[in-house]
Parts: sequence; structure tokens; C-alpha cells
Amino acid sequence: MDNLLSIITFIPAVAAVIMALFLRGDDAAAQQNAKWLALLATAATFLVSLFLLAGFDPANTGMQFVEEYDWILGLQYKMGVDGISVLFVMLTTFLMPITIASCWTVQTRVKEYMIAFLMLETLMLGVFCALDLVLFYLFFEAGLIPMFLIIGIWGGKERIYAAFKFFLYTFLGSVLMLVAMIAMYWDAGTTDIPTLLTHNFTSETFSLFGIPIIGGLQTMLFLAFFASFAVKMPMWPVHTWLPDAHVQAPTAGSVVLAAILLKMGGYGFLRFSLPMFPVGSDVMAPLVLWMSAIAIVYTSLVALAQSDMKKLIAYSSVAHMGYVTMGIFAANQQGIDGAIFQMISHGFISGALFLCVGVIYDRMHTREIDAYGGLVNKMPAYAMIFMFFTMANVGLPGTSGFVGEFLVLVGIFQVNTWVAAVATSGVILSAAYALWLYRRVVMGELIKEALKSITDMTRREKAIFAPLVVMTLLLGIYPALVTDIIGPSVSALVTDYQAAIPASGASQLAQQ
Amino acid sequence: MTAVDFNTILPEFLLAAFALGALMFGAYGGKDKTAATLVWATSGLFIALALFIGFGTTGERMAFGGLFTDDPFARFAKVIILVSAACVMLMSQDYMQRRDLLRFEFPILVTLAVIGMMVMVSAGDLMTLYMGLELQSLSLYVVAAMRRDSTKSSEAGLKYFVLGALSSGLFLYGASLAYGFAGTTQFAGILSTLGGDTPAGLTIGLVFMLAALAFKVSAAPFHMWTPDVYEGSPTPITAFFATAPKVAAMALIARLVHDAFGAIPGEWTQVLAALAVVSMFLGGIAAIGQRDIKRLMAYSSIAHMGYALVGLASGTAEGVQAMLIYMAIYVTMNVGTFAFILSMERDGRPITDIQSLNMFSKNEPLKALALLVLMFSLAGVPPMLGFFGKFYVLKAAVDAGMVWLAVAGAVASVIGAFYYLRIVFFIYFGKDGEPATSNMAPVQWVMMVGVAVIMVLGIVNLFGIEPVAALAAEALVR
Repeated sequence: MDNLLSIITFIPAVAAVIMALFLRGDDAAAQQNAKWLALLATAATFLVSLFLLAGFDPANTGMQFVEEYDWILGLQYKMGVDGISVLFVMLTTFLMPITIASCWTVQTRVKEYMIAFLMLETLMLGVFCALDLVLFYLFFEAGLIPMFLIIGIWGGKERIYAAFKFFLYTFLGSVLMLVAMIAMYWDAGTTDIPTLLTHNFTSETFSLFGIPIIGGLQTMLFLAFFASFAVKMPMWPVHTWLPDAHVQAPTAGSVVLAAILLKMGGYGFLRFSLPMFPVGSDVMAPLVLWMSAIAIVYTSLVALAQSDMKKLIAYSSVAHMGYVTMGIFAANQQGIDGAIFQMISHGFISGALFLCVGVIYDRMHTREIDAYGGLVNKMPAYAMIFMFFTMANVGLPGTSGFVGEFLVLVGIFQVNTWVAAVATSGVILSAAYALWLYRRVVMGELIKEALKSITDMTRREKAIFAPLVVMTLLLGIYPALVTDIIGPSVSALVTDYQAAIPASGASQLAQQ
Repeated sequence: MTAVDFNTILPEFLLAAFALGALMFGAYGGKDKTAATLVWATSGLFIALALFIGFGTTGERMAFGGLFTDDPFARFAKVIILVSAACVMLMSQDYMQRRDLLRFEFPILVTLAVIGMMVMVSAGDLMTLYMGLELQSLSLYVVAAMRRDSTKSSEAGLKYFVLGALSSGLFLYGASLAYGFAGTTQFAGILSTLGGDTPAGLTIGLVFMLAALAFKVSAAPFHMWTPDVYEGSPTPITAFFATAPKVAAMALIARLVHDAFGAIPGEWTQVLAALAVVSMFLGGIAAIGQRDIKRLMAYSSIAHMGYALVGLASGTAEGVQAMLIYMAIYVTMNVGTFAFILSMERDGRPITDIQSLNMFSKNEPLKALALLVLMFSLAGVPPMLGFFGKFYVLKAAVDAGMVWLAVAGAVASVIGAFYYLRIVFFIYFGKDGEPATSNMAPVQWVMMVGVAVIMVLGIVNLFGIEPVAALAAEALVR
């Protein structure tokens, strides 16, 4: 299986092409066929990706399953995974069949919808596997197109505004990244990521318009990449596209957005910012840490004030991503372990929460919290599953949400106690908004007339949630499943990072 | 004229003979009734010659004592010129026939213009260069005014003529300075006089010639004629303007700067870099406010020429190769896009209003998808082929140490992306209204969908043009 990664990456694309070429008509049968083909393709991708997990050797901290071919224009087609990226690949392949299954009720332009999702999966997998700067950029940018269309065509009322906001925010960020990539190529003479990981970008302080840039080129490169990844993540204060995009996107779009697309930002920090620009990261780390802390508290408070369920969960996503950036830039074993763990677990939990909203949205066609209340009387199974994921979102011990947050807080406490203290208050706030949401939607008497005839979850819906419940519990009870795989790679990353920071280094300079 | 000379100019000679024969045939054989036949015959001849030039000849040859060069570079440009001209003619035939525009002069004038372009890219002397340039330009002035009863078309032709004549004057002035200071008009001769201090007159002459050629490629700030001519000319003519002549003029710049002035790259790289930056930004910014898709394509071509010039401005073989690949991709994209623009109509009348594309995707999902691919490719959004074109010219600039130019190109590409996105916005998310219909002849359909497929599949190996372009570039830059 020399080309395992390429096979995994391109199965969905092949299915999309087959669908585009051979599936004709727009009647019910054709729609059904499109859905089944998409489900089969994503499920097949997941099954094949299990070989990847089975063959992966956690002890080896280098790149594995590497494929390298000469490509056009002097570019390399190079794919590979290490301990940091392999789980993102698994997360994507695992969540996509669930996502496809969740849009069974879509009826407009089903074929195109499925094609968009299949292409999106290929591009997301490509981002996590690419080992060449240009290849990475290619997948990273191209992912915008299907998502733009998914929001713009199948979204809610304000979908066009949201689609444009989404596109322009992320595109602006990525152009700065492209400029930084040009500079990196100019400095290092290669676009090969493993080589760049060992390249020392200069960190001589120079002055720009009279302002000394501490950390020099590294800081500049860091900032350029930061612009892109921070928007993707999204970090406060560039998070405002996310709630709009979420609210307008169809359920499946929200799931992919929250569960996978946001992780590209975190992955980018771990693959590029931290290992390639350690001095720059070190200079900027205090700022990032405080931004994360503000994000956690501020967006949690904003979440409290929301009247739209999806918006509330979107803000909670921003808050949870705050823990991720905090963990990454704590730059120690616990912090980064926790950040990756949090990203994986957030993939399951936020995905499930958006699906929960989708379940009742499909029935009532509104996401207003006020339109609901007392659902427990009619939908006991739903109430239970929603309860479970609300708790996981809060970070109840025993669920995966707890492990990630806890590890991050342990990590950050060693670096900056003040930030840790502020961030911990976010745990309480998240409990407040999540439980309050749950109370308003599910608990109480069922008094609203429209809700009287609401039905509980169907078997299909239950089946969609089952794997998410299992994974959330499994990782909550036995986190070593994840940490064993990422541990060695993270520890290598941390060692290199600490070694690269000059002892009397930039962090002291920064304080002057 | 020796046999070698004759062999070298065989393709041009055949075309010229064909043009004259066709003129007689048209004049005595029923005028416009023969036009459709002539279009097909001319396109067939173009394709046949392209195949002959592409596969039938190798090596480098000079004819007429160095006046005319036949090398891989010229052949690469000629193949693009011939194929794109053939494509544009084929897809125009239906449009022109239905609007009673198809005159037998059209294929003949295009043939003459193509001969001019082929001479341009093969020029080995300033005189040959000027001859080719004028043959091309004069034919183009006439076709721009093809719709005799339309004031807009006549205006376009006249405007093009006046400004074109001005640029020819500039060129001649520059050429005379170069002749005065170098003592010869042959490229090889000029090259051999360089060394040591460059006489100021030679530099000034070079700058004048570059300015004149910048007119021809419509690089800013010499672009003023482009939007009006694009808008005023009948759409098939616009499609022709946007493709083959651009390749010829761009190849001509490369030929001039490398063959005649290759020893003093410092004198012209900065000029080309300045033209490139201004074009990229002006093309991107000015296009934003356009409501007419032909005007928009005019600004788009200005911006695209900016990127091609980035490749040339790096002054290396890699840069020339990047320029050639960029032009090949650019021409392909424009053929596809214009195939669509030709088909836009409402109640049988051609329209070019962007807003008329509102919700176009509802009625024509396949064409909408193809247009989406084309627009993203023009914008340079990965993974379409257009991205690779941009990427390669920027890489060439970085490799030549011009990082600032590459950065400017990257920034300008974002600005440019906006207006292509607006078209996508109209076709997919616009308000419900009465969308334009797209009445496509089979040829147009094949061109448009075919190009869209090429834009996606081309990323596998660029259809093998990369080594060919490398060979062409090495022949030019030694």
C-alpha cells in the first residue's frame, strides 16, 4: 500500500466525478442514488483509512506513508502523515459518513450537494496529508470553493451575505499566507515541508519604518501565517464570520465547518507556526495566550445572550477553540497534547450538537430558542442525547470534553498563571450557557401548541448519533487512545521548539 | 531566395497563398455565401499548419540572412496562435451567421493577421518585426470595424487605429534610435555591439519600443484603448483580440528583449516590472465597477498581461518559460469564456450585461458549472489551472530575486478575485429574475465545456507543455 494516503484522499473525489458524469435526472430515485453513492464512498474512505491507523507507528516521530512524485512546474506531489496529522485524517474520514447520513432529508439539488461534500472531503484530507507548501496551499484554498457553494446555495435566508463574508475573511487571510510562503521559498529555496521543518529561518532583529521587529523574519512569517490560521480557527477578534456562516449553513455544512474545517487552523499552527518559526512564536506567544483567554471569556458571555441555537453553539465553538490556541502556544507537552485532544473531541461534540439542532430544525424549521420548551415530554431519546452532548460540551469528567480542557489548563498553568486563571472561569461560563440552553429547549412543560405533534428521533437519526456517543465516551474514559498516538510526535516538537529558543532569548527581549 | 529560406517560411508562405486564393474565391464565388466554407477551410488549414509546425520541424534555422528565425520559441508561439485563432473562428461562425455578420473577408483578414503574428514571433530584425506588426495591426483595425452599420463598432475600429498608429510611430522612433546607435537593425548585430557602457540612445530606443509593444499587449498604462475596443467590436472579434494577438505581442517582447538586448537585462527588467505591477493592479481594481462582461474581460486581460510580464521581468529562461505557459493557459481560458459570452442572449439578441446572468445556474446547471470553473481559474483560485500559471510566474520572479514583484502579484490576485467571484455570485445566488438564455452552437459548447475540463485535468501534468515550453525558453535565452 504505497499510495495509501492518495487512495484515501481521492476516493471521495472519484465518487464525485462518477456522480457528476453518470447520475442523470432529478427524480426521487436519482436523489436516493446520489445519497447512497456518497454514503458508500465516504464509508469506504473510512474503512480504508483504518489501514492507515493500523499501520501507523506512533514511536516514529518522522513522516510516515510518504509518497513523493515529481509534478508539474518543478513542484513535488508529496504526502505523508505524522503523529500530529494522522488523527485529523481519521477524524475527517470518521465524521464524513455521519455528515452525509445527516443530510438524508435534503431535497434541493441533491446531486450537487453530495458532489460538493465529496470534493470537500478530498480537499480537507489533502490539507492534513500534504507535505509540500504549495500542495498544502492548494488544498487549503480549494476547500473554500465547495464550502462557499454549500453555504451560498443550500443555506438559510441570509446565506449570500454569510457566504461572501466567509469567503473574503478566509481568502484575505490566506493571501498573507501565500506571501509568507513566497518569502519562505526565497529564504530556504525549497517548498518541501520536512526540509522546512529543519530549516532555520533567520531571527535577526531588524527595523521596519523605524520599528524594531524582534525575531525578525520569523516574526513576520509568523504573523502572516497567523492571519490565515487565526481566521480559520477562528480566534477572537476575527471570529465574526463563523456565527454568520453557521447560522446560514445547512446542518451538514455546519457539522463539517465546526468539526473539521476549523481544525485546519489548529493543525496549521502545529505544522507551520510552532516548529518553523519558534522564535517568532515565542515572541508572539503572550499576545496569543491573552487573545485566547479573552476569546474564552468574551465569547462565552456572548453565547449567553444568543436567541438562536446555532449561533449559541457557534460562539461556544469559538470559546473552545480558544483553549486550543492556548494549549498550542503554551508549547509544552500537556498543552499541545490537550490542544490536539480538544480539537478531536470538539469534532465529535460540536458536530453532534449541530446535528441535535438539525434534528429539531427539520421538524419545526426554526432555530429560535424561544420557539421550543418541554421537548422532553415528547422526545425522551432526543432529550437524553442532547443532554449527553451538552454535558460533554461543558467538560464533564468522563467525556472527552473534560480531558482536552483539563490538559490545556494544566499546560497553561505552568506557563502563565494569570491566563490560566482567566481561562478557567470560562469553564463555569460554558456550563452556564450550555445548561441554560438545555433547560430552555428541553425541560419544563410542553405548552407551545406547535410542539404538540413533534415526534421523537427516527432510527436513522439515532444511528447517526451512536458512533459519536461511543467516541465521546471512549476518549473520555480512555484518553490514552489519542495521547499514545500523538505523544511521541508532540514531545519531539516540544523538544525542538525549546531548543530553538535562545536561552536569553526573544521572550526577554520582548518584555523590554 | 534559396531553398533553405523557402523551407523556413513555408508555413507563412502557404498561409499567404491561401489568403490570396481565398480572396479570389470569395470575390468571384458568390461573396458571403462562401463565408462559412471559408471559415471551416481556414480553421482546418490553421490546425494542419499547427500540427506541421509542432511536429514536423526541429532545430533552429535562419532565413534571409538572419531576418527571419525559426526556433522552438517561435514554433511554440505559432502553435498557440494558430490553434487559438482556429478555435475562435470556429466558435464565431454560428454567432456571425445568425446576426448576418459573416462576410467572406472575415476569415481572410484573420488569416492575414495570423501571418503577421507568425512573422512577429519569428522576427530576427527590427524591420521584419515592424512588417509583421503592421500586417497584424492593419488587419485587426479592419476586423474591429466589421459591423459597418454600427457606430460602436466603427468607433472601436477608429479608436484602435488611431492609438495603434501612435504606438507604431513610437516603435519606429525607438527603432530608428536603436539603428542610429547600434549601426544595424539585426537583433544579433545589436546584441554584439552591447558591452561596456550602453549608449543612452540605445536605452531610450529600447524604452520607446517597449512602450509601443506595451500598447499591443494592452499593458497599463498603455491600455486605454482596450475596454472601448473590446466593448465596441462584435463579440467574435473581441474573442480574437483577447487571444492570438496577445500571445504574438508578448512573444515579440520576449524576442526583442532577449535576442537584441539580452546582454543588458538591467535596462529592461525594471521597465517590464513596472508595467507588470501597474497592469496587475489597474486590471484588478478597474474591473470591479464594470457591468458589461466584455469590458470586464478587457480589464481582466490587462491584469493577465501584467502576470505574464512578471515572468518576462525576471529576465531568466525560467521566466520566459513561465510566460509561455501562462499565455497558453490564458488563451485557453479566454477561448472557453468567450465561447460562453458568444452564446449569451435574450430574445435572440446578444447581451453582455453581467446582471443578466442572475440565477443562470437554475436553467443551465452544466454550463453554470463550467463557467464557475472558468471564473475560478481566471481568478487563480487553486486547484484550477489558472492558479498554476500565476504560481509559476511568481516563482520565476522569486528565483530571480524579485520578491517584491511576487508579493505585489499575490496581493493583486486577491483584488482581482473579487470581480470573478461577482459573476459566480450572479449565476448561483442572484435574485430570481429572467435570466439570460444561452444559445450555444455545438462547437461553442465543446469549446466551453472542453476548456473547463482542461482547467481541472490540466493540473495532472499540464498536458505535457512544460518541457516544450522549457525547450522554447532555452532557445531564446542562452
